[in-house]
Amino acid sequence: MTSAELTRRIGFATAPPAALAWLCVLIFAGVVTFAKTSLPWLQIYPASGVIPLADWVNAAIDALVSVVEPVTRGIALLLEWPMLGLRDLLQWTPWPIALLAVALLAFHAAGLRLALLCGVALVYIALAGFWHQAMNTMALVGIAVPLSLTIGLAAGIWAQRTKIGAGIVPPTLDMMQTMPTFAYLIPLLVLFGFGPVVGLIASAIYACPPMVRNVRLGLTRVPSEIAEAARISGSSRYQQLFWVELPAAMAQIKVGINQTIMAALSMVIIASVIGGFDDIGWEVLSTMRKARFGESLLSGAVIVILAVVMDRISAAYAGRGRAQVGTTAKSWQLSPWTWATAGLVAFCLLLKALGLDLAIDGPAWAHEFAAWINTQLDGFVASSGQLLTDLKNAAFYYYLLPIRIGFSQAILPFTWGFTFTAEMQWGYWIALVLLTGLLILRGRWRSGGALMVAGYLLFFGLTALPWAVFFAWALLLAWQLGGCRLLLFVGGALAFILVTGMWERAMLSLYLCGAAVAMSFVLGASLGVWAAASGRVSAVLRPIADTFQTIPLFVFLIPVLMFFQVGEFTALLAIIAYAFVPALRYTENGLRQVSPQLIEVAVEQGCTKSQIFWQVKLPLAMPAILVGLNQTILYGFAMLVIAALVGTTGLGQQIFLALGAADTGLGLTAGLSMALLAMIADRMLQAIARQRFEGMQ
Amino acid sequence: MADSGDITLACAQLWKVFGEGDLAGGLGASGAEAAALADSLRAEGHIVGCCDIDIEIKRGEFFVLMGLSGSGKSTLLRCLSRLTEPTAGRLTLDGEDFLNAGPKALMDIRRRKMGMVFQHFGLFPHMTVLDNVAFPLKVQGVGNGERENRARQMVSLVGLEGREAAYPHQLSGGQKQRVGIARSLAVDPEIWFLDEPFSALDPLIRWQMQSELLRLQNLFHKTVVFVTHDFIEAVRLADRIAIMKDGRVVQIGTPEDIVLNPADAYVSEFVKEAPRTKIIKVSQLMEPVEGDDAAEQGLDPGMTLEDALTWSAERGGTLSVTDTAGRTIGRIVPERLSAALSGARLD
Repeated sequence: MTSAELTRRIGFATAPPAALAWLCVLIFAGVVTFAKTSLPWLQIYPASGVIPLADWVNAAIDALVSVVEPVTRGIALLLEWPMLGLRDLLQWTPWPIALLAVALLAFHAAGLRLALLCGVALVYIALAGFWHQAMNTMALVGIAVPLSLTIGLAAGIWAQRTKIGAGIVPPTLDMMQTMPTFAYLIPLLVLFGFGPVVGLIASAIYACPPMVRNVRLGLTRVPSEIAEAARISGSSRYQQLFWVELPAAMAQIKVGINQTIMAALSMVIIASVIGGFDDIGWEVLSTMRKARFGESLLSGAVIVILAVVMDRISAAYAGRGRAQVGTTAKSWQLSPWTWATAGLVAFCLLLKALGLDLAIDGPAWAHEFAAWINTQLDGFVASSGQLLTDLKNAAFYYYLLPIRIGFSQAILPFTWGFTFTAEMQWGYWIALVLLTGLLILRGRWRSGGALMVAGYLLFFGLTALPWAVFFAWALLLAWQLGGCRLLLFVGGALAFILVTGMWERAMLSLYLCGAAVAMSFVLGASLGVWAAASGRVSAVLRPIADTFQTIPLFVFLIPVLMFFQVGEFTALLAIIAYAFVPALRYTENGLRQVSPQLIEVAVEQGCTKSQIFWQVKLPLAMPAILVGLNQTILYGFAMLVIAALVGTTGLGQQIFLALGAADTGLGLTAGLSMALLAMIADRMLQAIARQRFEGMQ
Repeated sequence: MADSGDITLACAQLWKVFGEGDLAGGLGASGAEAAALADSLRAEGHIVGCCDIDIEIKRGEFFVLMGLSGSGKSTLLRCLSRLTEPTAGRLTLDGEDFLNAGPKALMDIRRRKMGMVFQHFGLFPHMTVLDNVAFPLKVQGVGNGERENRARQMVSLVGLEGREAAYPHQLSGGQKQRVGIARSLAVDPEIWFLDEPFSALDPLIRWQMQSELLRLQNLFHKTVVFVTHDFIEAVRLADRIAIMKDGRVVQIGTPEDIVLNPADAYVSEFVKEAPRTKIIKVSQLMEPVEGDDAAEQGLDPGMTLEDALTWSAERGGTLSVTDTAGRTIGRIVPERLSAALSGARLD
C-alpha cells in the first residue's frame, strides 16, 4: 500500500474537521495521562480555584430571611390554618363515611368497577391501621392541589397571552422540572421554618408545571374560529377567556389537573423527610430507617393505593367525552348525587351523635402481620443471603466498579479473581489501538473515535478521569452536535460545576446515573420491542407501566432496600425500576406507529422479518425512541436524588446533607449542578434528534 | 338592493401585511404602484394578505368576496370586522371612522351591529345549541328569560326545534351551520359576515343551505359580506361580487357583468364553469331602442338567456324586448344570443 493510497483510505485529506478535532482531543487525553505528576491541576481541579458560591448564597439568604421573615412566616401561618382545619375535618370524619364518599365519587367518575376498587383499597388503609397517617397526607395534598392549580392556571394564561409570559414561563418550567426535588425544600425550609407547611408549599410549586403546560397548550389549541366567534359577539377579554376559551380547552386542562394531583402527592411524600407531621411518607421512611420492612411494605402499599385511587378518579374525569361536560346548575339540583351527598353528611352526623368513632389506629393484627413479614423476610435473607450477595457483588464488580474507577483499579484478585498485570494492560491498549485503527481504515472514523473514548474511559474510570479530559470531550461533542450555542451552554454548565467544587460529586452522580440509565434503557427498550411485537405482552406490560408511573418515587426504595440493604447497587435497582418505563413506552409507541403502508412496501419487496425490523421499523421509530431515552435520563436523575436516602455518594448525598443542615448554599449549588447535568444530557439528545431526524416526523 | 347612495361599510386603500416591523408607514401606494410594492414586500418575506383594497358595501346588499384559497378574501373579511387589524388604510362604518373606535366602542359595535358565521362553524363545544345561540345575548347582559325566548325563536327560525339541548358534536355538519347562522342572527345585527359558511358541507346540503340563506335574507335584508371560493355559489347569492387574487381585487360587479365581461384571464377561468344561460339576462344583450308601443308582447328584460333561447327557437327572427307597460325597449338579433351562449365577450 503506498502512502498516498493509505492517506486516501484513511481519508485524511477529506477528513471532516470533527475527526481531526477528536484526534487532537485523544492526543490531549494521552498527554494529560502521561503527565500525571507534572500537570496535577489538569487531573484534579485544585481546591484553590473553587469559588465559595455556597457561602455567598447562604449569606444572601440570611440577609434575605432577616428582611422577609415576618412575611414568610405570615404566609406559613396563613397556609397552616386551612391545612390544619382540613386535617381535623378528615380526622373527625369516621372512616366508613370517607370511604363511601370516595366510592361515590369514583362511581360518578367511572362507574361501578372503579367504585369497588376504591372501596376495597380504602378498606385496606383503614384495616391496616394507617388511616390517621393517610388523612394527614391528604390534608397536605388537599391544600397543595388547589393552590398549585391556581398558580398553574394563572401562569398558563400569562404564558399564553403575553409576550413576557411566553418568554419567562417555559424556561422556568424546564428549570423547575430538572431541579432535584430535595433541593426545592432547602430554601423553603430556611424561609418558612421547619414544619409541614414547607412540604405543602414545595408540593404546590413542584406540582404546577404540568398544569401550566396543559393550560397553555389547551388555550393554544382552541380553534381560532371559536375565539373569533366570541370576539365578534362583542365579548370582553374576561368573557372571552372564562366563558369560551377556558371551557373549550377543558379537556386538555383536565389532563393537567390529573398530572398536577399526582405530582403534588409525590412531593408531599418526598417532603415527609422533613418530618414532624406523622403522615404516611414519614411512616414509610421511619420504619425503613428502623429496618422494619413489614411495616414499610404495609404503609408503602397505602401510598400506592392513594396514588392509584387519585389517579384513576381524576383520569376518569379527564377522559370523559364532551357529552357529559357542561351539565348546568339546574340539572345538578335535582340529581341523585345531591341526595347522596346530603345523605352521607347526615349519616356522618348521626354516627358522631351516637359517639361511634370507628377509629382503627394501629390494630394488633396489622402489627402481627408486619412482624410476620419481618420474620419471613429475615428468614429469606438468611437462607438465600449468599445468592443475594453474589448477585450484588457480580453487578458491583463487573459493571459498576469498572465504570466508576476503571479496569486499572477494579480488576483485583479480590474482585475479578486475578491481577491486571502490566502485560495485560499493554495487551488491552494494543488491542484497543488496533481495533480503532481498523475502524478508521474502513472509513468509520466516528465508531473508531467512540471506541477509543470508551476504552479510555473504562480503563481509568469515570471518577478517576482527569477533569480536563472529560471537559474537552464534552465540549467537542457539544460542538459537533449542536454548534457554538450548545458548546457555550455545556462549557458554562461544566464550568459552574467545576468552580463550585462539585466536580467529583458530579462525576459520582454521573457514573451511577449513567450506569442505571444504560440498564434502564436496555431493559425498557427490549421490553418495548417485545410489547410492540405482541399484543398479549403489551396488554400485560401496559397497566404495570401505568401504575409504575403513578407511584411516588419513594416507594421504589422499599423492596430493593429489603433485599439488598443500603448501597449503590440498591440505588441502581431503584433507579432502573423507575426509569425503564419511558424507554418501554416510547419504544413500543414508536414501533407501533410506523405506517402500515411502509411495512407493506417492505413486505412487497420481499424483506424478511428481521430486515423489516432493522431496516424499516427501527429507523422510523428512532425519533420516538430517542425521546424515550431522553425521558429515561431525566427520570434517572429524579430518582437519583431520592436514592440518596439509601446511601449513594455524589450530588444527591450533598443535597440530602444540606437538607438536614438547612444549608441553602450547598443545597442549591449541588441541586443546580445536578439540574445542569440533566440539562446537558437533554440538550445533547435533542441536538442529535434535530441533526439526524429532522423532518422525519 | 337598497338606495345606492347608502353605504354601510367601506374601505379605501386597505392593506394587511403580516410580518415583523413597522410597515404601516410605507403603504400609501395604489394601483400598479401597489402591486409592485406588494411584490417587494413578499420578496422580503412578508405575507401580503390584502393589498390596496377599495370596496363600498351598500345597505341591504349581498356582497360576495370570491377567490381561490390564499387570495386574501378571508383576511379582508376579518379586516372589515376588525377581527384582524388592518395594517394601513381607511375603514368606515355608517360613515364613521371605524378604525378609530377604541376597544370599548368596538366591543359595543360588535354586540349591536355584527354577526358572523364561520367555515368550521366556530361553535362552543361546551355549550348546548341553545346556549350557543344565546351566547351573544348573554355577552350583552340580556336577562335569562328574554335570552332564552329569543334563542328559542332563532333556533326554530333555522329549523332546529327539538335539538336545543344537543351539543355541537351531536349534530351533522348542516345542523351545526344552522346553529352558527342562528347565533349570528341572535342580536339582529346590521352587518352579517359569512366566511365560507358552506364550504365544509356536502354539495347537496350546500345547495339547501344556500336556499335557506336566500330565504333568511329575503326576510331580514341584512347587509351581507359573504366569502366563498365557489363561483357558482357566488353567482347564485350575490348582488355584487368582488373577485380577489393575490390580495388584490381584480374585478367588482354584478354576476351578469362578470360573466359577460370578465376582466382578465383569471376571472375567465371561473366564468367558464358558470351556467351562463341562467345568469345572463335579456337586458344585457338587447340593443336599446326608443320606447314605442309594441304590437305584441316581446321578451321581458329580466328574462334569462335560457328562456330567451326557447322563445327565439319558437319564433325566429329578430326579437323585441318590451317592458311591463308594453312598450318596446330593445331588440336582439339571434346571432347575439348564440354569441352570448358561446362565451364570447360582449361589449
